[in-house]
Amino acid sequence: MRLLRPNLTLRRRMALPVAPVTDPQTNVLPPAREGNTALRWIKENLFSSLFDSVLTIISLLFLFFALRLALDWVFNLAQWDVITENINILMKGAYPSDQVWRIWLGLYLLGAIVGINLRAWNRELNRTTIAIAAIPLILALLPFASENARINLIIIQVTSAAAYLLTSILGDKRRRQLAAVMSILYIPVFILLLEGFTDEDGIMPLVKSDLWGGLLLSVLLATVGIIFSLPLGIVLALGRRSRQPAISALCITYIEVVRGVPLISILFMGNIMLQLFMPQSLPPIDRVVRVMMAITLFTAAYMAEIVRGGLQAIPKGQYDAAYALGFSGLKSMRVIILPQALRIVIPVIVSQFIGLLLDTTLVALVGLFDLLGIGQAILSNPNWLGRSQEVYVFIGLIYWILATSMAFASQRLEKNLGVGRNYDESQ
Amino acid sequence: MNRNSAPARTEDPIIICRDVQKWFGKYHALKGISMEVMPQEVIVIFGPSGSGKSTFIRTINRLEAHQSGQIIVDGIELTHDVRNIERVRMETGMVFQQFNLFPHLTVMQNITYAPMYNRKWHRSKAEKVAMELLERVGIPEQAEKYPAQLSGGQQQRVAIARALAMQPKMMLFDEPTSALDPEMIKEVLDVMIELAQSGMTMIVITHEMGFARAVADRLFFFDEGLVVESGTPDELFNFPKEERSKQFLAQILSH
Repeated sequence: MRLLRPNLTLRRRMALPVAPVTDPQTNVLPPAREGNTALRWIKENLFSSLFDSVLTIISLLFLFFALRLALDWVFNLAQWDVITENINILMKGAYPSDQVWRIWLGLYLLGAIVGINLRAWNRELNRTTIAIAAIPLILALLPFASENARINLIIIQVTSAAAYLLTSILGDKRRRQLAAVMSILYIPVFILLLEGFTDEDGIMPLVKSDLWGGLLLSVLLATVGIIFSLPLGIVLALGRRSRQPAISALCITYIEVVRGVPLISILFMGNIMLQLFMPQSLPPIDRVVRVMMAITLFTAAYMAEIVRGGLQAIPKGQYDAAYALGFSGLKSMRVIILPQALRIVIPVIVSQFIGLLLDTTLVALVGLFDLLGIGQAILSNPNWLGRSQEVYVFIGLIYWILATSMAFASQRLEKNLGVGRNYDESQ
Repeated sequence: MNRNSAPARTEDPIIICRDVQKWFGKYHALKGISMEVMPQEVIVIFGPSGSGKSTFIRTINRLEAHQSGQIIVDGIELTHDVRNIERVRMETGMVFQQFNLFPHLTVMQNITYAPMYNRKWHRSKAEKVAMELLERVGIPEQAEKYPAQLSGGQQQRVAIARALAMQPKMMLFDEPTSALDPEMIKEVLDVMIELAQSGMTMIVITHEMGFARAVADRLFFFDEGLVVESGTPDELFNFPKEERSKQFLAQILSH
């Protein structure tokens, strides 16, 4: 028997048909052998009954025709010159062409910061890290990228890789400090870079934010909104739960008023009304900044309710334990309660972020030219009459890629933090 | 263990409660409890559910605020003063029925965070002390696991180690074995007995009368927000005076 067994397992592993052998000790037949998995899967899931088979065939026919129509349109009917001709304006709006190097410089920096962060927060190079790191290279390979864009994208890729490698010199802790500081500093530095500060002849002449547009503006608005609305939302959620009646009343009023009003009216308020109420002596606030504030303040109210939901899911025993160990109210919130509460609501927070990204298209209504606004501007040009399908499909594709990558990133984050698994599989 | 060198019992009580009263809305939960606990004394509180024993023990580190009477812990009177409350909590370890470990932190982090954040210890010191405590409660090999990966008995032992890491002067146990399967009760009680023998001041709510017999200096029987009867284990088990205590003891000792 001892001689026979390894032989049997070997044959099983090789998936050779073996006649059932009764275990001589128990007289029990081994379980029935299972056949080829792919074929079995198809049979079990697609053709398990007559009704299933009919449904499968109908769906396949539908998919086939839909796909054929779509591909036919993409490759034969659509005239993509409207995208390739206007790719610069779609990406950056009316930002002056001779100053575009500043955007690229900002993106080199972004590449470097992504490199540093990937090195700082990931233990080893895994597939996701490589996928994120290789985004510039992938973009450079896209068919409609211009020669200039390709060169710049490759420079970004090189900067990113260089930053990744250079950061390896540092210790674990230093690396993370560097990554955190650089990330926090990045947004203001990037905005300063775009805006410029010298006069006409200087090296970085002022570019009024009215000229910013396209994908650049959309991503900028969404990023700023995401970065600032979460902390503000947390503060509002904690304020709402505060025992001080004045603070909680203030937070409740804010949250409920903002949630009771559509984003577009807040954008109008920020854009038109705010200037009327501002004292004359103060310099007017930049229009893009006003819109950023409006989006942030709007999203923060929703974020507050999401965070509050997470806080309510934390059992009272956690507070008891933290207090009993001598944690002060603020410390127990920061170290014990909030980390747990935020983990629970990651999926909701990310879906709110996706909503924010898509809502940035509303800024076109207050006169900013975001990606969608630029698209509409292009379509109103008589040269591009009747190309709305191409333009909208392209813009929709960009939003879909951005939103899906956020959803994907959220799933990775949930997996890494062990959300919904009671933490027993984490690490 | 580090208590072996502690001075012999002094005459000053470490916990003084005088006529402690507490209402939940209209419900009178504590109707005037008085108790003095000497350093190194082990007190066992028992009584039917709803008798206020849990509420009482939670007033000692002010997880519940009392509304009249006086509570003085380690020379500090508990009032609304937040700083006093935090000082008392640092000297008072507490172990809960439901363990209340922090699920997002490893066992090691569960134990080291409080001394690092609240006693400002360096991480290396906190981890060294945590390892010693994990060895003391018999689970040094679980340090890097998460609470959900441990059995109930192991979790409760981590909770005891977590409370001890703050090096408290006294420990409060709120029904530490009531949520455990029978075979795990012993491992937790063994740790508590060792702790009592090492000279820790302890107030324990439990119905484990074997434990009470082994290490308790005094027993308090609570019913309807009052101390019905108190005394040494010998007095209460063998010569209970009050009818209510006789009945209750007969019920919990009958099997």
